[in-house]
Amino acid sequence: MTALVYRMKRVLSGNADDSNSSSDGPMDSFKRLRQQSEDPADAESKWACLPQEILLHIFQYLPLLDRAFASQVSRGWNHAFHMPELWRCFEFELNQPASSYLKATHPDLIKQIIKRHSNHLQFVSFKVDSSTESAEAACDILSQLVNCSLKTLGLISTARPSFMELPKSHFISALTVVFVNSKSLSSLKIDDTPVDDPSLKVLVANNSDTLKLLKMSSCPHVSPAGILCVADQCHGLRELALNYHLLSDELLLALSSEKHVHLEHLRIDVVSENPGQQFHTIKKSSWDAMVRHSPKFNLVMYFFLYEDEFGPFFREEIPVTHLYFGRSVSKEVLGRVGMNCPRLVELVVCANGLRPLDEELIRIAERCQHLTAIGLGECEVSCSAFVEFVKMCGRRLSQLSIMEEVLIPDQKFGLDEIHWEVSKHLGRVWFPDMMPTW
Amino acid sequence: MGGNAVHWFRKGLRLHDNPALRDALRGADTLRCVYILDPWFAGSSSVGVSRWRFLLQCLEDLDASLRKINSRLFVIRGQPTDVFPRLFKEWKVTRLSYEYDSEPFGKERDAAIRKLANEAGVEVMVRISHTLYDLDKIIELNGGQSPLTYKRFQSLISRMDAVEMPAETITADVMGRCTTPISDDHDDKFGVPSLEEPGFESHLLPLWFEVDTLTTAVWPGGETEALTRLERHLERKAWVANFERPRMNANSLLASPTGLSPYLRFGCLSCRLFYFKLTDLYRKVKKNCVPPLSLYGQLLWREFFYTAATNNPRFDKMEGNPICVQMPWDRNPEALAKWAEGRTGFPWIDAIMTQLRQEGWIHHLARHAVACFLTRGDLWISWEEGMKVFEELLLDADWSVNAGSWMWLSCSSFFQQFFHCYCPVGFGRRTDPNGDYIRRYLPILRGFPSKYIYDPWNAPESVQKVAKCIIGVHYPKPMVNHAEASRINIERMKQIYQQLSCYRGLGLLATVPSNSSNNGESSMSGAAAGPSSVDSAQEGSAAAAGRAVTLLHLHLTTFCGKYLPNS
Repeated sequence: MTALVYRMKRVLSGNADDSNSSSDGPMDSFKRLRQQSEDPADAESKWACLPQEILLHIFQYLPLLDRAFASQVSRGWNHAFHMPELWRCFEFELNQPASSYLKATHPDLIKQIIKRHSNHLQFVSFKVDSSTESAEAACDILSQLVNCSLKTLGLISTARPSFMELPKSHFISALTVVFVNSKSLSSLKIDDTPVDDPSLKVLVANNSDTLKLLKMSSCPHVSPAGILCVADQCHGLRELALNYHLLSDELLLALSSEKHVHLEHLRIDVVSENPGQQFHTIKKSSWDAMVRHSPKFNLVMYFFLYEDEFGPFFREEIPVTHLYFGRSVSKEVLGRVGMNCPRLVELVVCANGLRPLDEELIRIAERCQHLTAIGLGECEVSCSAFVEFVKMCGRRLSQLSIMEEVLIPDQKFGLDEIHWEVSKHLGRVWFPDMMPTW
Repeated sequence: MGGNAVHWFRKGLRLHDNPALRDALRGADTLRCVYILDPWFAGSSSVGVSRWRFLLQCLEDLDASLRKINSRLFVIRGQPTDVFPRLFKEWKVTRLSYEYDSEPFGKERDAAIRKLANEAGVEVMVRISHTLYDLDKIIELNGGQSPLTYKRFQSLISRMDAVEMPAETITADVMGRCTTPISDDHDDKFGVPSLEEPGFESHLLPLWFEVDTLTTAVWPGGETEALTRLERHLERKAWVANFERPRMNANSLLASPTGLSPYLRFGCLSCRLFYFKLTDLYRKVKKNCVPPLSLYGQLLWREFFYTAATNNPRFDKMEGNPICVQMPWDRNPEALAKWAEGRTGFPWIDAIMTQLRQEGWIHHLARHAVACFLTRGDLWISWEEGMKVFEELLLDADWSVNAGSWMWLSCSSFFQQFFHCYCPVGFGRRTDPNGDYIRRYLPILRGFPSKYIYDPWNAPESVQKVAKCIIGVHYPKPMVNHAEASRINIERMKQIYQQLSCYRGLGLLATVPSNSSNNGESSMSGAAAGPSSVDSAQEGSAAAAGRAVTLLHLHLTTFCGKYLPNS
């Protein structure tokens, strides 16, 4: 595409033809135009008269930088560059040289967008690095999006969560601008931000009919009541991500109420702030209600707990589908997982310990009939048990990511034979994950 | 026939299996072996004391071996492009030989020297002996691309012709009638420098350098030591009669007298010799069984990274490196310094970094632990920074292997799953429950009982008092909250990989683009279709068409476009 732009420029400045340069599909019309007239002046008017719809179509293929170059070619092309359709989506990248290696969206471009295109914006995200200035810059832009009717807003920290370092009121007031003005927000990602209950109320007051997706993991200023308000009012909510401390029986019941659409997916992060933290329990009946109301819903749970904090979990059946243990999890807990997670689709275990997980894995193969993905980090499994596990799961295992160190050779299988055995049962070539050993 | 030969030592610091040297000798009247001390060699950014000392010991050993066959080593300071034209004239050189260097900077430097040699009418002889195979042949077998997974690499290896036998050792017999003109002032002009020398390139030594560190080296450099170690290494394997990968235990963390990696890197030990000796031993012990590829693990990993790097001058960078995922790493010099200097407050990490600084070697699992901690595990700092620290301190870290390993360990390339994060407390505790390793390298923590030695900040004040070490005063507090950091980081990794693979599902494992091991690899773009979308809930046709793409995405697009799938 860039080659095309340069060629255009050359034509317009009256250079000789270079009809050998390649062109892609949509460029055929250009080729014809070129061939029709060799006179630069004539060509210029032809290029300039190119219908805006064609320009729009072409520009949509160009990355922003190339589009910006193209806009310098002529007035007509500059006009096309500013067509609303090209400004529906934007991702603001806010980085400081002192804290990031990546380039930021140019401040002049940001000014231009706010000035000329803020009312065109519909799908917006902000990517900020770990510096407070970047988070501030994001809030600054947010506060100016008064004419916007956003459908999507994402506040994404790419390193340390810098939104959390802002004065809370500053952040809230910027966010509220969007909530109040948009009125048709469908998707909102505000993980790792200081959003609070009152601002959620504002969100709900203005966007309850349209909100479908809300991701707010690690938002410490929100209380269970705050999120309950969202669940009660936003009946179209299909995707929700939050921390365990916000989860309550009431919330699950609200999401399962008749007025509510089917929930598609619920993500819960269970994070320990201090060793020995106590966690509340959720009643089985609440989970049952969820499953009855939304039989296909996915429950994704990420655990970042110390080994001895798992007390309240996996004592009863829980409809979890995707389970991730980010820290060491005991053999006993994995045993309970096998017993109580019949809907399990993916299991990822970061670390376990030095006792083999043979029985636990076999039980999981037996009872988790929907399991298609498993990942094991620092664990131990005997080769025989592992082969048995794979045999029982068979071809449904589409993801099998086992660190090489996990597999303990025994009488029946050594490390060299095991990958053939496993490949046989999986129906494809398989090797364990390896780490360089030099 | 006749003529004056010069052999240029760079790596390959040995007289055994040195085909370039052996071929140079054939029919030559004189031979001079040179080593050029090139302080400005572009490939390495900094060299630590351990590396200098090791290198100088290698050179001493070479000189001693050459003395035994009536020759000497000529150590010359300067840049090769300046030195060689002078030598060609002064010594009336007719033939120049050197071992092939597969690294991009090496190839560039050698091309320049080749040109100078051609201009001076000097014949150039290059032989491959730093790697098991001709790397270009491996790449050719893979359709012109370096393989990006170890599995793929292994399958290519199994289809290559057999490894060439090591060349005969250079002895007085092999020298034949070839002589080396040695002047009386050879030691002054061309002698191997010593670290204690006041005139030595002291500006290259780090500021914290202390004379103490010059004493007993845990890893003595040189071919002689390398060959002794090789025998010991094989003896131990034979005695154990077990060629499986040894189980990791507390002892593995300590430097072993049979460790070979630094010797392989500097070329004091020929990888081909090691390969054949391993093969012979295996056949003897296992009664003529065909050895599995895993037997050569250490050698093949090294070979893998050399192959991956040879055609990629940006291999040691993130930006502009077609095989490296562009990650939004944090710039944080303060945090980096704490990690590099062993002041993180996590004894496991600090002990490892201390061993590294003091001795120049750490176990590969220790490398995984500290690399994970610096990058995707806890500090979210760029792998390039870690690579530079290893380059300075680690004896066996050369350009290709070091950069490649760091990309691997930080999950920046090679299709690595990123879900497993090494815990800076748990991992160490599982490896060495007693904590002896910690006590050895961090004596300040000696007084802590095993229960608390990996997380001393959790020890009650009374325990800390008894240990005469108050956390926060005598030993730093932990610099991050690991649970919090790893939670955030796994989310970041997932964000990046989801964008890369355009994966919209819920699985964690599936976010890493898969690489079909059957017939080669899909590109790192995998299912990626180009610029990533703003989020998953977009509506309307305008969304797909009107995506505004920032420079980050441009990187991805370029990256996707450059690396094409194998056919």
